[in-house]
Amino acid sequence: MAPFHRLLIANRGEIARRILRAAQAMDLQTVAVFSDPDRDAPVVAEADCSVHLPGATPRDTYLNVDALVGAARASGADSVHPGYGFVSESAPFARACQAAGLVFVGPEPAVIEAMGSKVEAKRVMAAAGVPVLDGVTVTSDLADPKLAAAGDRVGYPLLVKAVYGGGGRGMRIVRSGADLGPAVGAAQREAAAAFGDGTVFLERFIESPHHVEVQIVGDTQGSVVHLFERECSIQRRHQKVIEEAPSPAVGPELRAALCAAAVSAGAAIGYTNAGTVEFVLDSEQQFWFLEVNTRLQVEHRVTELVTGLDLVQLQLQLAQGQALPPEARDARLHGHAIEARLYAEDVPAGFVPAGGPIHRLVIPSDDGVLVDAGYVDGSTVSTDYDAMLAKVVAWAPTRADATRRLIGALTRAELDGPPTNRDLLVRALSSDDFDAGDTDTGFVERHGGGALGRSPLDDDEVQVHAVAATLAVRERDGAGSPLPRGIPLGWRNVGRADQPVELVGDRGTVRVVCSGARDRLGVSTDGVQLAGVRLWSVTSEHVDVEVAGVRRTVRVHLVADDAYVQSPRGASRWRVSARFPLPSVGAMAGSLRAPLPGRVVEVMVHPGDRIREGQPLVALEAMKMEHTIQAPYDGTVAELHVANDSQVQLGQVLLIVEPDRKGDADG
Amino acid sequence: MPVVTSSVDVSSDLYRDNRAGLLALLEEHDEQLALVLAGGGERYVERHRARGRLPVRERIEALLDRGAPFLELSPLAGWGSSFHIGASIVTGVGVVSGVECVIIGHDPTVKGGSMNPVTLRKNLRALEIARVNRLPVVNLVESGGADLPTQGDLFVPAGQIFHDLTQLSALGIPTIALVFGNSTAGGAYVPAMCDYAVLVAEQAKVFLGGPPLVKMATGEDADDEELGGAAMHSQVSGLADYFAVDELDAIRIGRQIVADLNWRKLGPGPSRAADEPVHDPGELLGIASVDLRAPFDPREVIARVVDGSRFDEYKPSYGTSLVTGWASLHGYPVGILANARGVLFMDESKKATEFILLANQSQTPLIFLQNTTGYMVGRHYEQSGMVKDGAKMINAVTNSGVPHLTVIMGSSYGAGNYGMCGRAYGPRFLFSWPNSKLAVMGPQQLAGVLSIVARQAADAAGRIFDEAADAEQRAAVEAQIERESHAFFNTGKLYDDGVIDPRETRTVLGIALSAVHSNVVEGTRGFGVFRM
Repeated sequence: MAPFHRLLIANRGEIARRILRAAQAMDLQTVAVFSDPDRDAPVVAEADCSVHLPGATPRDTYLNVDALVGAARASGADSVHPGYGFVSESAPFARACQAAGLVFVGPEPAVIEAMGSKVEAKRVMAAAGVPVLDGVTVTSDLADPKLAAAGDRVGYPLLVKAVYGGGGRGMRIVRSGADLGPAVGAAQREAAAAFGDGTVFLERFIESPHHVEVQIVGDTQGSVVHLFERECSIQRRHQKVIEEAPSPAVGPELRAALCAAAVSAGAAIGYTNAGTVEFVLDSEQQFWFLEVNTRLQVEHRVTELVTGLDLVQLQLQLAQGQALPPEARDARLHGHAIEARLYAEDVPAGFVPAGGPIHRLVIPSDDGVLVDAGYVDGSTVSTDYDAMLAKVVAWAPTRADATRRLIGALTRAELDGPPTNRDLLVRALSSDDFDAGDTDTGFVERHGGGALGRSPLDDDEVQVHAVAATLAVRERDGAGSPLPRGIPLGWRNVGRADQPVELVGDRGTVRVVCSGARDRLGVSTDGVQLAGVRLWSVTSEHVDVEVAGVRRTVRVHLVADDAYVQSPRGASRWRVSARFPLPSVGAMAGSLRAPLPGRVVEVMVHPGDRIREGQPLVALEAMKMEHTIQAPYDGTVAELHVANDSQVQLGQVLLIVEPDRKGDADG
Repeated sequence: MPVVTSSVDVSSDLYRDNRAGLLALLEEHDEQLALVLAGGGERYVERHRARGRLPVRERIEALLDRGAPFLELSPLAGWGSSFHIGASIVTGVGVVSGVECVIIGHDPTVKGGSMNPVTLRKNLRALEIARVNRLPVVNLVESGGADLPTQGDLFVPAGQIFHDLTQLSALGIPTIALVFGNSTAGGAYVPAMCDYAVLVAEQAKVFLGGPPLVKMATGEDADDEELGGAAMHSQVSGLADYFAVDELDAIRIGRQIVADLNWRKLGPGPSRAADEPVHDPGELLGIASVDLRAPFDPREVIARVVDGSRFDEYKPSYGTSLVTGWASLHGYPVGILANARGVLFMDESKKATEFILLANQSQTPLIFLQNTTGYMVGRHYEQSGMVKDGAKMINAVTNSGVPHLTVIMGSSYGAGNYGMCGRAYGPRFLFSWPNSKLAVMGPQQLAGVLSIVARQAADAAGRIFDEAADAEQRAAVEAQIERESHAFFNTGKLYDDGVIDPRETRTVLGIALSAVHSNVVEGTRGFGVFRM
């Protein structure tokens, strides 16, 4: 393996930028790739040059082996870093790179292939003496009653997992035999869409385990070492949201055992470059092999912060044939690092991915906090890809201090755009369970699921936010006036101004009326006059307002009809209602709309079908997840507006269900 | 530009008395405004709402841009008369879709929004303000038509409304009618004479004759909707340009029409620093005299009205009873003429004349701050040509082409009212402070003059002068003149555009100045500046 000079980064988002910075630090030339929606991605401007991958879907772009290899060829790259996700664990891609004379930054294709099959990986690991959980592969001919028998053999609860999957896609927990068939079907569809292979397998499910993984690195001289473990248990929808190193569930003895098992796993397959050996750990401190990720992990940053290593630079060195450096061989744990993944998603609605423009993305990255963001102010979060906005990673000598730093950075972050899971992260990090290290995979569920994402603001603070937003709107609207600026806003010589501003927020609608000017300002919310309101100043960024004797400077960012408001206690988002709604005919009653943009994978009913409440009607794939639209009540399918494979927009009417009239069901 | 130094002593008795007196007057004013705001009273307002309709002030609030100021004109119209205070109509200047407009809205809760002679005067004054300042007009129509018992004083002059609307249109000043209800008989011509008409579904009624009249006239049976409904006028007659589904929709459409006017102001924008006065405008309450016999230094007023309290005085040592000079207000350069000691002498008249000519040379708007007892009388003055000098000033005021704004901040007596640009001299806007008094002369003087004339008549006829009857007569006359001089009386008669809180003078003049700059600001020229 020879040194290389020009690196193609076959990825997007924050990881593309992360790899870019490491490559630049090593004085490598860089080539970025970008799809249609990513035409203005920051990495495009930051790389030495970039190559367009026409299209928007992953299949056409970042999963398109030919296009990626073509891009490397066109740009004269001699090496490729696949990042994580997309082609990072694609043996065909690694082979195609090798065939094209490109250095693939990662392990050998054969290793990727072997580890890509979870079933095969478990077989190899069991042979190497690593503890594994029993499982059954669901072959195409495995249908009831054989499927039921297989389920019974594994035992419930069990996990349905994609053989070639990862990241929670194509995965379902099944608690009883009755649910097995549908779960397998859904997992197969999801896996086929995401990984190009719909094969799934059944595996014993450990209730609320810890998910602990060990970072390994190997060189081409045959050495494999570990860089300690990471705790990745806090997940939602089987996707990690908070990760840390070291794991609070792992003591020195267990650590030694885990790391030794990981190194033997790596050695057994002749592992080169960086990889991760994942384990499940139960409450009895027993652990089993889960899988090997033959790539860089999203959460590699926490390992970097506790070891002082740069894993991407290490990957690039190893890919050039260098031996493991002494600092990797003799890595020591130093302090504690915690990573939070900031997603654009509507948490209370059930972690529904969100998209749209990010008007401001400022995450304070001082004082032991590191931020990897794939977006900048003005970027648009495309629903074509994973909606992770940024990783925020805090380091401190102790876990408690790292937690505090991370909470501080997340709380102060200015995230003006789609809804995010910030409040969930802050609540999770602030919880007693987190403090106690009770961070098993059931954490989010145990803390209320989506409710964990509710705003930390109390009603009074929400009211102040609404008032601040209104004052900012009034100021902005007034700035369009042809009158001199010094004329007080809303000035009247007879009576008082009565121009309500209606704001729609997470907790409903507020009507705010600001009347009078200067020291005679009167403010009411929902008809209730507020005591002692005084407006000290309004700028394009801040509203300095006093309510009931307490003066606060509240950040208010107006973007057209959206107001993003933030005070030290938390943030709120508001939509300013149109003053004059356009008169329009509302949608027909009983319309079921798409909860998010995506593709219809299965229409399960026909017009005229009688349906029962809760019955699945349409399966929708969006953001690589499958969502089922269920009947809201008993009734009849009156109209069907979509078919299999239809592309649907957010809010598009899918079908119309005519509810049963009372008594119909009996007759 | 020098900053005016103030010598107001806020702890003096005079200051405190003035302040207490003015606060009492403002309280009275607020009480009158409360009557205006109540419209036709709770019962009628509730009935109106119950029919799904908005009161006129809510229509205006919705029409105005959010946060826009609204300068209501002549709110106390009809004060002291038999008509409802406010005259069943609301007029004012406000911002709609970024355009300063004159808004005229009937108050249907007062006798169905019907028009009496005071309503007419208020309506015509608003149209005049629109015309001279080139402001688009938005009519919010819902009126039962003429107040029939007063038709004798109304019918003939009321035709001017339609005349003025179409004249505005001819001048390129847009006119818009949003019809919320009745607009019948002559009223049908309001939407018809406007450039744009928007009719609200199932509310607007625009016809020359309603069902009973049609039945009487031709025997035809026809209902309201057929004769003048929004749907009919939108689809059949074409009188309505826009069909509004409800009131808010009509207002939305009206705002859209204004937004689409492609409106540009013709006057220059503010060009000077528009900082707040250094001295506190709140102190104007202690400065303005409640007892008008006590003169006050108008520089103290100017210092609390103009930008940064900066005032460049012209001819400070000549004709010192009148203060003249340059300043800026909300960034607009202005010339100011203000009475200092009430009386206008020859020098003051000549100084005023020259100053007005200079303002016309430099195209600078003028502000007149009135506190005048009139031109000086007496042998010396008559013989020195007082009348000729006064005439120069009145000539200059009359023929000046730059916009004039007048504030009566104290006395406004005699020909001083004329020379200082009183109502008859066409100021673009004219406002009064609540302590102001306006009459041909002061009550005591007028009563005294009458008494002297009576005594002379008695002497000439050889009658014995009845001293007791004279005293009684004098007191009665004094009381009558006192009453008729009162600011509310004059504003009720539309002799000004409203009584204002002295503390708000800067804001009121700022809105007015901005409005006058919708039109070109051009001085009269043709002669060189006469050095008097």
